Formats: sequence, structure tokens, C-alpha cells
Amino acid sequence: MSETQTRARPRVGLFATCLVDLFRPSVGFAAAKLIEDAGCDVEVPEGQTCCGQPAFNSGDNADAAELARRAIAMLEGYDYVVVPSGSCGGMIREHYPELLAGDREWAPRARHVAARTWELTAFLHEVRGLRVEGVRHDGVVTYHDSCSGLRELGVKAQPRALLSGVAGATLKELPGAETCCGFGGTFCVKYPEVSDKMVAEKAADILATGAGTLLAGDMGCLMNMAGKLKRMSMEQGTRAVEVRHVAEVLAGMAKDAPPIGEAG
Amino acid sequence: MQATSNAFRANARVGLANPTLQSALGKMKVGFPTKRAEAVSRLPEFDALRDQARDIKNHVLENLDWYLERFERRVTEAGGHVHWARTPEEAREIVLGICRRLGARTVTKGKSMIAEEIGLNAHLEKHAIEPVETDLGEYIIQLRNEAPSHIIAPAVHLTKDAIEADFRRAHSHLDARRDLTEPQSLVAEARGILRKRYFEADVGITGANFLVAETGSSVIVTNEGNGDLTQLLPKAHVVLASLEKIVPTLEDASAILRVLARSATGQEMSVYTTFSTGPKRAADLDGPGEYHVVLLDNGRSALLGTEFQDILRCIRCGACMNHCPVYGAVGGHAYGWVYPGPMGAVLTPSLIGVENARPLPNASTFCGKCESVCPMRIPLPKMMRHYRAREWERKLGTRVSRLALGAWAWAARRPALYRFAAARAMATLGWLGRRHGSFFNLPLASGWTATREFPAPQGRTFQDLWRQRRRAGGGR
Repeated sequence: MSETQTRARPRVGLFATCLVDLFRPSVGFAAAKLIEDAGCDVEVPEGQTCCGQPAFNSGDNADAAELARRAIAMLEGYDYVVVPSGSCGGMIREHYPELLAGDREWAPRARHVAARTWELTAFLHEVRGLRVEGVRHDGVVTYHDSCSGLRELGVKAQPRALLSGVAGATLKELPGAETCCGFGGTFCVKYPEVSDKMVAEKAADILATGAGTLLAGDMGCLMNMAGKLKRMSMEQGTRAVEVRHVAEVLAGMAKDAPPIGEAG
Repeated sequence: MQATSNAFRANARVGLANPTLQSALGKMKVGFPTKRAEAVSRLPEFDALRDQARDIKNHVLENLDWYLERFERRVTEAGGHVHWARTPEEAREIVLGICRRLGARTVTKGKSMIAEEIGLNAHLEKHAIEPVETDLGEYIIQLRNEAPSHIIAPAVHLTKDAIEADFRRAHSHLDARRDLTEPQSLVAEARGILRKRYFEADVGITGANFLVAETGSSVIVTNEGNGDLTQLLPKAHVVLASLEKIVPTLEDASAILRVLARSATGQEMSVYTTFSTGPKRAADLDGPGEYHVVLLDNGRSALLGTEFQDILRCIRCGACMNHCPVYGAVGGHAYGWVYPGPMGAVLTPSLIGVENARPLPNASTFCGKCESVCPMRIPLPKMMRHYRAREWERKLGTRVSRLALGAWAWAARRPALYRFAAARAMATLGWLGRRHGSFFNLPLASGWTATREFPAPQGRTFQDLWRQRRRAGGGR
């Protein structure tokens, strides 16, 4: 029997991602709580930095491979690796094996880690069958499907299934929920005008839903949309929208921190 | 055509500031995807057909030389001629040679992206031969002296009002008080003018959606029937096609036709699908006296066996650009050469060199929508990433972006240093942003903060807080 089967509580390595680590620790704690609620032991492996995606998407394969090897060495001992981001989760799960395919030592290790890596909501719903209970978030919420999670990892129904357990919250679907918000990592730095046009349309769609809360599963997209919504409310007088990572609401920890881009 | 692809960012700004373009794109990016989705939902086997279409083209690309020679034999047997053109210059000269031999003064043209790629119209005009575009979209942009902004809808960047103004200017011999408010009246007017031109033409030039190796046929799909009049009435029919248009059999062409129009316009089939084999035979009532196929390479054969081979599966349906949020924001002209959108972001550097199209593979968020709708399952984002890797190796990116990424990767390999620096930086940013919760202006992110707030960090890093709480004995 494998270790996983003999141990009652699987050991989960939480890969927080650089944006959660640096900008929004509250998402990391919410993720940890949810993973524990789902019957697992959570550890945050020491020495986390970046999954290497910015380098990989910029064509810097040498640096990306180096960061991938570091992350693999750090994560390969866990039963599962859980990531509160479809983008970084997709990097580990889809692109590490591709990036290290030609490396005889590291290719099998990359595949080993990839096979155990899950985006947070997919892990909670698909792997652990978590039912969210005793959590309240009043009002209409809408949900943006971040591209990598959606198209690389098939994350679509999982966050919605989990949200259906949150008391007081009504999900109003966002038209164009599957259209990119314009973040795109280095894209928003290289082509800020194009990125802004995309996020302006996204913000208009969000406002049109009438939802008071916008949720998503990726910090990059969330910071982009929150930043645009707030600037529009400052300059055009549009209404404020509470923007949060879905984990904060699912864990019942939304009260612990002000929304993204807002002061406490 | 002189490429301005390296000026993508400046081109994009022009597009973003053009209200006619933005209005047209607003309609396009709803219309095409909605129609495709409806067509796909009516065909349960659509995804299986995509696999089949991919496999057909992959097989052709693995055996391209064999199928090309077989195609040439069949064309010759049917009384036609195949001309091999390595470069755009060679292709132009071949077409010009045919026109001159026949004493052509006017040529009609069906829609052909290869004609755009080789700059055919300008070359013919230089030699006193008038090219007349017969596809309505192409006719409109010819009046405006513009390049197509989309591979199947060349005038998609225009609104009806803009086209009405062009028609009134170009057709000044018609009654100035005529009513052109309905799209049908614009179509009727163009049709009336073009009808006469078909009969004047000495040579008719079309593109090809497929070349069928087993029969030596070329296949075009159109919605206006202009291709048929273009190729049937003149003395000669010249087909412009690139090498990879080959399919082995009529059966294979039919299989790919089932995904082509559905992906492109959401039609089950285009209105006209025309198969042409050789010139007019003795018993035929109509048809051209000569049938020529100009086969253009222009760098395509060099892609075989490389990480870019898959782009040669492309059937030019335009689904990738119809669904691309970047194309939908900036329009096709921003891409600066013949092929826009995601397929252009891969094909353009493949054909004119990545040094002449540096921004294109970077002008994508990697949202993956293009690949998800591509009927030929071409991994477009992956190939854009391969071009980014080539740019990185050749140091073609900006110095600033290399330095910034290099510094980030350097720090990310040193966790202790990273932790130290990150904790201080976030503490500072968090403190500075504590009142407003975000930044109105950040010097290093001015592109972002010009139009967006930059959310402030909470102040402590997750890893520091986690370590602290674990030490204190609390679980969380």
C-alpha cells in the first residue's frame, strides 16, 4: 500500500505563489484552512519563491528550468501539492514536464510532481469532495474564470460547486466570464494600453452584473480587475466592487482582510 | 508589402484610438464567436472531426514532397500547368509572365492571401495591368488602398457608414441622391460595377483553400460566387497557393470542409464550394482556356521538421482571431503584415523572420482561447512561446525587460535573500499604501498605474507570517 493510503490525513504542500506570498497572505491562510477542513495536513515548504512562469513565458528557458528544478525538489515529497492559482498550478502541472522533457534526471521527477499538483478549488472539490458549511457571505457575487485554470486545468465547475455551500451568497454569472481580463503576466507591462482596453471591457461587464463581490482564483487577474474597478470608481464614479480571491470567501475569512486594493 | 510588425505597440495605439475600428470590432467579436458556437453545438462529432482534420494535415506534412509531385502530375494530365515559386519575387514574375503572354490589361481576382503575401496588385499595376478585386471586402479595401485586416473578412475593420462614404467617393458617376443606407444596397452597387469587369478580364486569379493531390483539383470556398465568375470567364485561370494547401483526396478535402466554415463564419458550408480541374475541355460550355497553379514556398518548407511545423496545418478560417481578445482590442492592421491575430503571430515571424516581427509572439496573454477554437488543433500559444525563446536567445527583446526578468530569476534562486528583500519591500509598499489601499502612481509600473490602481500589499509576507504563527504554536 502506498503511503497515501495508509496515512489517514494526506500531507499537502501548499505552494502559495509569489503574488499571494508578497501581496495577500490572507489568501494563503484561507487556502490552508480549506485544505485542513478537507481532511489534510498542510505544510508550507520552506524557501518558496517563484514557479518560474515569468521566465518561461518570456522565453528564458534556462532560468525557468532552474526554478522548476528548485520547486520540484521542494515539493516532490508531498502527497499533494496545492496551489491557490490556476496559472502557477498550470505551470507546475502542464509546463514543468514539457520544460524538463529532455532532462533524464528531472523529467520523471517533474512528471511525479505534476501528477500530484492541483489548483486549490479543483483539489477541494474533485480530490477531497469538500462541502463548504457554516460560512456566510451576503449578497450577489460574480465569478471570473482565469484563463490558465480554465483552459489548462479545466477549472470551471469546481469553484461554483464550492460557492453553492456559502450561505447568503447568490452567484450571478458574468457574461464573458471566460474572456481574458488582460493581465497576462508580462503582457500588461509590455502592452499596457492593450491590457487596459481588455480590463476596461471586463470591468464594464462586471459592473453590469450588479454583483457586489467579484471572485476569482488567481491573484494576477484579481489585482488587474480590482485596480481597474477602483480607478473607474475614482474617476468615473462607478460603484465600488469588493474583489477577493475565492478562497477567502470559501474559508469564511473575508472579514479578516479588506478587499484587494482597499484600505483596512 | 513592407512589414510594420515591429511597430505593433504604436500600431495598436492607433487602433485603440480609432472609433470606427472599435465600433466594427465590437460587433465582430460578438458575431463570429456566437455563430461558431451555435454551429458547433449542432454537430456533436465536431471535436472528432477536428482530430481527423489535424491527422490529415499532419500526414500530408510528413509526406509533402510526395503529394506535391502527385498533384503536379495530375494537374498536368488534366491539361494544366504547375509553377514552382520559391520566393514572392518568383511568384510575381510567373503571374506577370502569364498575363503578358496573353496580352492582359485587366485581371479579376478572387480573394487570395497569397496574392497579399507576394504583393501582387502593386506589381501588376507597376506593369500597367489593372487588378480588380471581386470579393466585396477586398473590393472595398482596394478602393481605400488598404491591406486586409482579417484573413476571411478583409474589411471587418470598417462600418457600413464608412463603406457608404467610400462608395460615394469612388462611384461618383452614379446618382448622388441614391439610397445606400441598407447593406443590401451597397452589395447591389458593387455587384453592378463588378459584373462588367468580369467580362473585361483577360486573366482570373484566385487563391485555393485546398489542392487535391489525387485529382489535381484546386478548391475555393466563397459566399459571393465571385470566385466562379473570376475563374470561369477569362482566357486563363491562375491559382495562387502555398505548398501546404495539399490534401491527399477529395474525401480528405470534404472532411476538412466540414470544420472550415463552421469555424470561420458558423455556416455549415460556405455558399459556394468550387472544385476546378484543368482548363476547359472540348465538350465544356464554359471555362478558362488555360489553368495554372503557382505553388509558393516562401519559407514554408524550412518549417518542416521544426517546432513550427504545426502552423502549416492552418486552413485560414480566422477562428483564432475572431476569438482573440488582443485582436479584438486592436484590430488586424496593428499586426503590421499580411496575417494578423494568433495565427499571424506565429506565421509572420516564420515567413519574414522573427527579427522583423519581434512583438507579435509577445502580444498575447496566453489566454489559450485561440488554441481552444482552432479546428486544426494548432498549439498557437506554445509556438508563440517558442518564438519568445528564440528572441531571448538572440537577445532581441528590450534591455530593460531582460534586466528585470534576469534580476527576478536571480533573486528567486536565492530563497534567503529573496525572503529578506521581499519582506522589506512589501513592508514598505504596505506602509505606503495603508491609507488608500492602492497606488495611483508607481514609478516602476507607470504603464499599469496610468489607467489602473495598483493594489497595495498587506504588508507582511505569507511565509513570514506562517513561520511566526507555527512557532507560536497556532495552526493558522
